[in-house]
Amino acid sequence: MQYLLLIYDNEAEMAANRSGATDVMMKDYREFTDSIVKSGNMKAGDALQPTSTATCVRIRNGKTLTTDGPFAETKEQLGGYYLIEAKDLDEATKIAARVPSAKSGTIEVRPVRVFAG
Amino acid sequence: MTASAPGLSSGAVQHPSRDAVERVFKQERGRILATLIRILGDIDLGEEALAAALEAAVVQWPEEGTPANPRAWLIRAARNKAVDQMRRRALFEDKRAEMEADAALERDEPEIDEVAVRDDQLRLIFTCCHPALAVEAQVALTLRTLCGLETEEIARAFLVPAPTMAQRLVRAKAKIKQARIPYRVPDAEDLPERLDAVLAVVYLVFNEGYAASSGAALIRRELCAEAIRLGRLLVELLPGESEARALLALMLLTDARRDARVDAAGEMVLLEDQDRARWDREEIREGLALVEAALRAGPPGAYALQAAIAGVHARAARAEETDWREIAALYAVLRTANPSGVVALNHAAAVAMAEGPAAGLRLMDALGADGSLAGYHLLPAARADLLRRLGRLAEAAAAYREALALVGNETDRRFLERRLAQVSPARA
Repeated sequence: MQYLLLIYDNEAEMAANRSGATDVMMKDYREFTDSIVKSGNMKAGDALQPTSTATCVRIRNGKTLTTDGPFAETKEQLGGYYLIEAKDLDEATKIAARVPSAKSGTIEVRPVRVFAG
Repeated sequence: MTASAPGLSSGAVQHPSRDAVERVFKQERGRILATLIRILGDIDLGEEALAAALEAAVVQWPEEGTPANPRAWLIRAARNKAVDQMRRRALFEDKRAEMEADAALERDEPEIDEVAVRDDQLRLIFTCCHPALAVEAQVALTLRTLCGLETEEIARAFLVPAPTMAQRLVRAKAKIKQARIPYRVPDAEDLPERLDAVLAVVYLVFNEGYAASSGAALIRRELCAEAIRLGRLLVELLPGESEARALLALMLLTDARRDARVDAAGEMVLLEDQDRARWDREEIREGLALVEAALRAGPPGAYALQAAIAGVHARAARAEETDWREIAALYAVLRTANPSGVVALNHAAAVAMAEGPAAGLRLMDALGADGSLAGYHLLPAARADLLRRLGRLAEAAAAYREALALVGNETDRRFLERRLAQVSPARA
């Protein structure tokens, strides 16, 4: 079963890179990614550009509305994701707990929906 | 199902009434459901299949006699119903359903023994109390699947509309399925944390039942009974876990006081004023033995300490004989192990009993100053009581009024009003 790990963290803090904290985290991310590639859990994963680069698109009354900024203004922002293969939620949450940002931000674990047929 | 059902008793065949069949069913429901959920891998399928098996039993048992092993019969019947249904769905729908049906057939074991049934219940408890579910959902699922309470009964017990409770259960079951929350006893590494969650749910069910409240008295009593039953089950299934034993002890020692804590008029009676002859000796005896076993097992956890405190009360034949120094000491340890405002308040109250109201009042004033119990009516209520004992009646009245402004429960409110009247100057 596949799960999407959505990584939420404070992007302003990350950008500030106080006393090289972000550099340490990048190293931790490389190690974490290597480990889930090796264990066979890794399906995909990316880091995202900050929410200042986000654009939202909606269609209302047949008209396309394009607005600047993220979908929701929150204290922690979606900064990246991993798509993983895990046998159940317990395995998925264990992997999520190893994502380096779990220490400062929040990892949302979402099962990937499978359509029958 | 047909007459080829397994386990028909030989010799003197009993032909039970419909009521008798339903009684057996109610007794076995929780155990059977746990096993069906494991075999079928789904709570809804298990519940539907079980309902179908009951229908079959109600028709067949009165005609053919009660099977030698009713539980095995019901499990077999339910499983066959479920597989039939999956196969029918497979015919019309998709290949996946057929594979599920085959898998369910393969998962079936010929012998369903007592040990397997208990393991299934343990697995199901951990699923129902999984931390990925909201606590209210954990409680509702546990009562529905392990205790066999109807959705309506659970709704009444928690004072929410039945459709809300039904929705809560539907959502929780959907999450278990869609997020694939496993049916598994956690491994040793995760067990302590996961067991804490299970014990918390059981204790919450107990407290919900024990909290004095008007109205649904019967269902509340049933909640306590179910919590104690779950507590026993955990002790039986996890004999090495002393906190499970301690929780059972705590519930038994608390439940023992049930009849004495409300008077004939339905008013709350304080521990010190209770008629101790009305305490349940059997529950006390069992509870005390369990506390001792839990305390012998090693450094006491939070439940063991609370059970030990309840045990000190239970041992005192009269309120005046209560060993308050022991209780204050136990609360002091509990305060370190489990720092919370409520525990600190109880500690202060015990110190007041052991060393006098002034000592207790000093601790309570410190608690009031740190604000951790802001909005909690028992802090001003306890302060008021100490002020009353110290003869500072005007201050006591002010504290009772403060408590009355915060209290939610009617029984507690009437109690505070009576006390306020006692400390207020008599009106002409």
